[in-house]
Formats: sequence, C-alpha cells, structure tokens
Amino acid sequence: MPKNIIEKIWNAHVVSEREGHPQVFSIDKMLLHEVTSAQAFDELRKRNLKVRYPERLIATLDHSIPTSQSRSVINDLQARHQVETLRQNAEEFGVTLYDFDSGYQGIVHVIGPELGFTLPGTTIVCGDSHTSTHGAFGALAFGVGTSEVGHVLATGCILQYKPKTMRVNFTGQIKQNITAKDIIMKLISMIGIGGGKGYIIEYTGEVIRNLSMEARMTLCNMSIECGARAGLVAPDQITYDYLKERPYAPKGDAWSQAVEAWEQLKSDLNCVYDQEIDIDISELTPMVSWGINPEQAIGIEDTIPRLEELPQTHQGMAKQAYEYTKLQPGEAIKGKKIEWAFIGSCTNGRIEDLRAAAEVLKGHKIAKHVTLYVVPGSEKVLAQAKAEGLDKIFEAAGADFRMPGCSMCLAMNEDKVPPGARCISTSNRNFMGRQGPGSITHLASPRTVAASAVAGYITSEVV
Amino acid sequence: MKKFQIITSRVIPLPMKDVDTDMIIPAQYLTQTNKEGYGEALFSGLKKQNANFVFNQPQYREAKILLSESNFGCGSSREHAVWALMQAGIEVIIAESYSDIFFNNAAKNGLLLISMHKAAIDAFFKETEKKEGLILTVDLEQQNIRTLAGDSFHFAYDDFRKTCLLNGYEDMDYLLDATKQ
Repeated sequence: MPKNIIEKIWNAHVVSEREGHPQVFSIDKMLLHEVTSAQAFDELRKRNLKVRYPERLIATLDHSIPTSQSRSVINDLQARHQVETLRQNAEEFGVTLYDFDSGYQGIVHVIGPELGFTLPGTTIVCGDSHTSTHGAFGALAFGVGTSEVGHVLATGCILQYKPKTMRVNFTGQIKQNITAKDIIMKLISMIGIGGGKGYIIEYTGEVIRNLSMEARMTLCNMSIECGARAGLVAPDQITYDYLKERPYAPKGDAWSQAVEAWEQLKSDLNCVYDQEIDIDISELTPMVSWGINPEQAIGIEDTIPRLEELPQTHQGMAKQAYEYTKLQPGEAIKGKKIEWAFIGSCTNGRIEDLRAAAEVLKGHKIAKHVTLYVVPGSEKVLAQAKAEGLDKIFEAAGADFRMPGCSMCLAMNEDKVPPGARCISTSNRNFMGRQGPGSITHLASPRTVAASAVAGYITSEVV
Repeated sequence: MKKFQIITSRVIPLPMKDVDTDMIIPAQYLTQTNKEGYGEALFSGLKKQNANFVFNQPQYREAKILLSESNFGCGSSREHAVWALMQAGIEVIIAESYSDIFFNNAAKNGLLLISMHKAAIDAFFKETEKKEGLILTVDLEQQNIRTLAGDSFHFAYDDFRKTCLLNGYEDMDYLLDATKQ
C-alpha cells in the first residue's frame, strides 16, 4: 500500500505495540536546554538510572540566558542556578553540551541543523514545542514535556498514539519579498490555532521545493501554532547540499548510503492523508498578527476584522484581543506606531533572516522612538553575520546587535518589552504577556520588522 | 503518581477557547529547577489584569474542577503548566478539546482531562452562572460526571490511561519494562 512520508518514518520507529496500549516509539535524537531538563535528570537520579544513549543527545543554553555582551555573568540567581544545573547534569550523565563560546551555542532549533545533528528520516524530540522546526529536513520532530524528556533519557523511547496525517499543498508562485513566515502565518490564519490538532503535516508544492533550508525551517517551526505537533518537508537536493560535511552528518560511503535511504522517504504516488488542504498563495501579501494568538493575523493592507465578520466561536477571543492590543475593529494595521522591534528566535534568527533585515536597514536609521534588538540564533550565525559585515549595518542603523539566545521571543531573561509597549517581532507567539507582562506583540517577517523599525510604525515598505 | 480518586467539587468556569500555556504560567516563572512551587503563579497575568478573574474569586479557592472551551493548553510544551494547575488544586479539567502536548503532559502527572461536546460544556457553563454555582462529582472508574440533582453524563476515556490514573502507574515504569535490555 502506498505510504506518505509521515507514515514511513512513524512505522519505522514503532518498537512494540500491544492491543489497547499506546505504541512504544523510538526516538533517534533529543535536544536538551536548561529550562525543561533539570526535573528529568532528577527523575533519573531518583530512580538510580543512567542515560541509556548519550550519543543521541546534545544540549545547549538558550532560553533563560542573558543576550548582553557580558552574558557570562548571569545576574538572575535562579537563572544562573538553572544554567549551572544543566552544566552539572551534562557532566554527570555524559551529555555533549554546547556551552558559551563553544562556537556552536545557540537556540536548540538553530544549532541542531547547523551541526548536521538533524537528519532526514529521524525522530527528534526536545522539551520545546518548536521542535517542529527540524521537520524541514524530512525528520519527524516534535515537542514533548519534561516527563517525556526523562523517558527518552532513560529508555530512548516514549509512549505514543499514532497521529493523523495532513497534506498542505501550496499552489501558485509567491510575489517578490514574500517569505516563508508570511506563508505559514497565512496557513495559521486560515485553519486556526487548533486546525492542525491531532495531525502531523507534510508541506508540499512547487513553492516549497524552491525554498531554502532556512526558509523551510521557518515554515515547519510554526506548525505548532496551528496545533500540529509536527510539520515536515520531504528531503531533496537542497536538503543534502545543506547537510553535507556538517559535523554530525555521515561522511564518505556512509553519506551516499544515507542519501540513497533518504530518497526512499518521499511520499509514494497515490498515498493518502487523513486530510488535504490546497492553498493558492499567488496573491499573498506580507502578514502581520493583530491579536493575542497567531491565528489573529491579516495581510498588511487589510483591516482588523470586525466582530460581525468573525464566526461566533471566535468573537470572545477577538474582544479580548481588541482590549489587550488597544486596536479598534475595522482600523488599518499598517501605520500603527511601534516602540519596539525584535529580530531573532528559532523562527527567524538565522543568517538569511539577518541578511534580509540588513538589506532593508542598510543606509537607514531606525526611528528615534524605536528600540530594535537583533539577536542571532547561534554563535555560528553571529560569526557569519560579522564576517559579512552585517553587524556594522545593524549598528549604523541604531539597532542593538546582541549575543545568541531566545531573548525577547519569550522574555525569560531580562530582554523584555515594557508593559503597554507595542513590539513588532519575528518570533512565533503573540500571546498576552509573551514578550513581557503587558507587552503587545505583532508577528511578522524579518523584512517587515526591519521596515517597521525604520518607519516607526507597522509597514512592509522601505522608506 | 497519586491514584486518582472520585472527586466532588465546585466547578471553576473559564469560558475561553485556546487557553494557552503562557496564560497558564508565564515564562518568567520557569527558571526553577524543581517541580514544586508553581501553584501561586497559575494564571498570574490574568489575575493581575482583572480583579474579577475567576481565580481571584474566593468561592473557587478550594475548587478542583476547571471548565473551559476548546483547544485548552495550546502553545508551549512546558509541563510546568500541568504542575501549576495541580499545585493550585485542580484535579480535573472538563473542556471540548486539548492541545496534543498538554494532553500528554497531563496524563503523566495524573491530571484528568475530560473531553465533552460543546452542547454539554455550554450546559455546564450555564449552571455555573447560577447563584449557588455548579458542583459535580467526577468518577473515572465509572467514566461519568454526576450533578447534585442526580443527572449523570458519560465521558469517553482511553482504557490504558484510565488504568494508569486509577492505579498511579507511571509511563517510565512501563517503558523501562518494555525496553529491558
């Protein structure tokens, strides 16, 4: 029977299955960070267990660390303790840790691909919902809670029920300056933040095949924002070109054998999915979120939906959003004054994102009333940006070019948007208080964020 | 894991869809390295924003059952959301549906998530608006919810998970056994 790529990878990882029980499901790789791992290591200690497959793990620091130049001294005592705890756990349990100044420290979902740790056909988990990012490589990758982090540490497996499969097929050609961020935000706005619940998505279509690996990562990253645990793109030559010679990628004969195996992952002709969606993106314009969850997003030329234009079930959340974001139904999103702008995160903190932002910022100054943080996703991205002189462009524009980490995407460290301030951000969530208590977030692409920082208001046009 | 017992409690109404885990517990509370001490932080943003928010109301202080709408627990995978709910006394959530990761996390900590049709949820919400509120008994063994008036509502629940919750079995033990070397 013909199978889609999701079923192929899934079936290859079912270790055992008993009638009426969930499947024992094998995990090839796990990424660890300081925030969701400590309690899992404690569980191992409590039970006197070892890490069963240390070679399947890598760890780094990203969520709670400062992104200031003096980051090695962590002022927040609790965060400092959390970071120290991961260092101790990595040492005690024999896990490779990419610490500060290792050359690879960064956001888990940025460094996994950079290291070639993320490979097609593998199952990858992490105590972070944006693990879906790794699906860009044709991996089956999803976020888990801390209990399941512990299960993988101790057994290499977790208990799972087989998910349903969905194909999202993008048709048509995108206009110039439309990015993967705009594409995925469009999907989320159409199917809603629960639209992918219970599914794993395969993204298909010519436009996806033409996307770079980094753009595919942006696309898969936000799969969780429509409720899908994972989203993936079948591997192709673009995938192989990106991975070849990376530190963890197979070498020599093992490489050619791997590519041969990866070629077999593609969805079979006439395979079926539990659901299929076609979306024509020919008319897509830059997307901006207006509300308090990622489905509340519109094209930049559109107006904020009025209550009566929304289904009854969505009106409660819309009312709450108008109030929280201080926006009126029916008004234009374009031209709204902003005080903050953020370029970074596992969604848009890679070198191509920084290049796109630099292209817009070059020769411009950001508006006087705006603070712009540019936070590279990793030490590799930081080094590359400096090698290309992007740091100079950011500084000349008046931006604060910082050290790698999650930063203002979730405001766990001191990088916070002040209460009541409006921020345009390349991150992935605009939940209430996400960028700091009382902060207002508008999600958009790096290009749109950079253009808005220059103008001082929401726009995608470079002045 | 604590064995799940029959629970009778006042119901806390939270009539919202897509309650996200950032709402349940904001990121600034996640720098701890243990599993305790999250109860106070539950819904802290909403508690500060609105003095009348349901978790600020004294009559719900001891309540163990939370009623909400669809896609509860969406967003971040933080298991801290489940810990915070449980440490604030919540033992059962009744809603239309839950996000996948939250659902998994809840089961691993003994938090019972019950899914019911919108019509039933709406009817419960209506009851909570009455002066005396709504008091329900949740019986996992029988898979039913009973009102003081004697009405009984069946709910579906996975057999495997039911056994785990009623007996306090942990997935870790199951996996260690299934992957014995």
